[in-house]
Amino acid sequence: MEVKVIIAASLRTFTGRTPEVKVNAADVSEALNALTDEYPEAAKGLFDENHDLRDFVGIYLNDSDIRTLKGLNTKLSDGDELYLIPAIAGGACESVISTERMKEVSIGDKEIRRYNNHLQLKEISIKGQKRIMAGRVLVAGLGALGGVVAERLAAAGVGTIGLADAGDVTLEGLQVQTIHGTRDIDRPRAASAKDRLKKLNPLVNTITHQEKLSAENAEEIVAGYDIVVDATDSFVSRYLISDACVLCGKPDVFGAMYQFEGFVTVLGTKDGPCYRCLYPSPPPAGIVPSCAASGVMNALPGITGAMMAAEVLKLLTGSGEPLIGKAITLDAWNIRYHIVNTARDKGCPVCGADPSIHSAQDIDYEDLCGLRENPHEEPIEAIEPAELARRISDGEKITIIDVREPHERAIRRFPGTIAIPIGQLARRQKELDPDIDTIFICREGKRSILAIRTLREAGYEGPMYNLKGGFEAAAQIIFPNEGAWL
Amino acid sequence: MALIDHQITDSIDITDVTCPITFVKAKVAIEELEEGEILQIHLNSGEPLENVPRSLGEEGHEVLEKIDNGDGTWELVVKRGPDQD
Repeated sequence: MEVKVIIAASLRTFTGRTPEVKVNAADVSEALNALTDEYPEAAKGLFDENHDLRDFVGIYLNDSDIRTLKGLNTKLSDGDELYLIPAIAGGACESVISTERMKEVSIGDKEIRRYNNHLQLKEISIKGQKRIMAGRVLVAGLGALGGVVAERLAAAGVGTIGLADAGDVTLEGLQVQTIHGTRDIDRPRAASAKDRLKKLNPLVNTITHQEKLSAENAEEIVAGYDIVVDATDSFVSRYLISDACVLCGKPDVFGAMYQFEGFVTVLGTKDGPCYRCLYPSPPPAGIVPSCAASGVMNALPGITGAMMAAEVLKLLTGSGEPLIGKAITLDAWNIRYHIVNTARDKGCPVCGADPSIHSAQDIDYEDLCGLRENPHEEPIEAIEPAELARRISDGEKITIIDVREPHERAIRRFPGTIAIPIGQLARRQKELDPDIDTIFICREGKRSILAIRTLREAGYEGPMYNLKGGFEAAAQIIFPNEGAWL
Repeated sequence: MALIDHQITDSIDITDVTCPITFVKAKVAIEELEEGEILQIHLNSGEPLENVPRSLGEEGHEVLEKIDNGDGTWELVVKRGPDQD
């Protein structure tokens, strides 16, 4: 019987790069023997020292795995096709850019000089660089992390870069952000980022999205890109972007930072998990401080963002081992890193077997992340910063509890308060006097709500008030003569 | 064999650039061809002559001939190999 043996790229090193061989064989075993007679090197790749087929080599007769047939004894007929497909660590990916789109891009002398580094690399080379140039990537969040990704992608030559951020450049961000400069303070971050990218590489097209990403516009925006980079810092936007990516079939290159630690993974692909698979529900509002509330070491966004950019390049070129089904966490201060396996949740409401979410517009993301008051819960009374200032200056008898973490208090003190982090509140409730008003403060007035609920659940019955807007709002009124950062 | 014995499909001059642009230009030009077609490369002696044939060989292309023009430049005749991905 004449059959065709088709050899996967990773096994072709054993066959002198030949992709297919015609052999005469009655069964699979004979076909493999005929192959190894012609290419003795292939025996090393296919068989172990006992001449048993190696576990990682998958053999498919036409479309069926031979293990579901009669294994090596499976009979062959004329014209059959036998595929040798080994398992590849991590799973190489297909490019998100079609061959047709790649072919529309041309590389002239200008591109040869600018992009020569990638063109020299076998793993990227001309086709890979053309795919990068054909690519459309949306960078959501243009702070420290998104800024690094956008800068890398622009210099790499990504054809179109979308820049989504509704905020303005602030002085407080500049220690960790390199995409924005001192002169950009108070400008929209998207506009500042666009200028920077044009300076880096005028061949790149940029599109700015200065409106806030929402359930109403996310899918429409995401659909216009090949890949989305999530460099945002709120749970609302992370669930929203992940859902929109799954619904639009776009990979979500996700990154996050906390102080010295970076986290990177690729979500929303055909085989891998989405953000909901990893984290089915967000933490209660305020319990996990955002990176803006806890500080970031200056070099960390450079490391984390560059790793995210590498993931984008792998997905665009369809080369290398992307972080699909895997996530890396990296502690840049103590030089520790871990790669963990992640998996799709079959019961995931967006990407599982029987999804219940079919549009981002079905979801109230603010509510999902606990940012709306629950109507069934007893309301929490709030006090305005001006009222607190009056009560302090009148010398009223009140207790003020600062529920911020020690590292936050270290940089911004609030005099005359008792410091009790949320985790210790229930245990230390006897430090509160139930006969006088107790006012809770945190950075922005969200964790303090959680603090009051925690104490109520623990049985505390004294009057409790939340300082509206937290320390951020109070600092302007209570300490107007001091610098915001004490 | 002389140059005339080969069916040259395309030719490029890389005497106006230095390494690594020499190799990258040659690589872009040869990958524009179909497998088996032939590229003639006009290049300088020295570093380009050492690097370009070797690098093209590593990429799976076949250097058929190197001809000294006697003026410090050479002609390289290279057959395009199969796609490597």
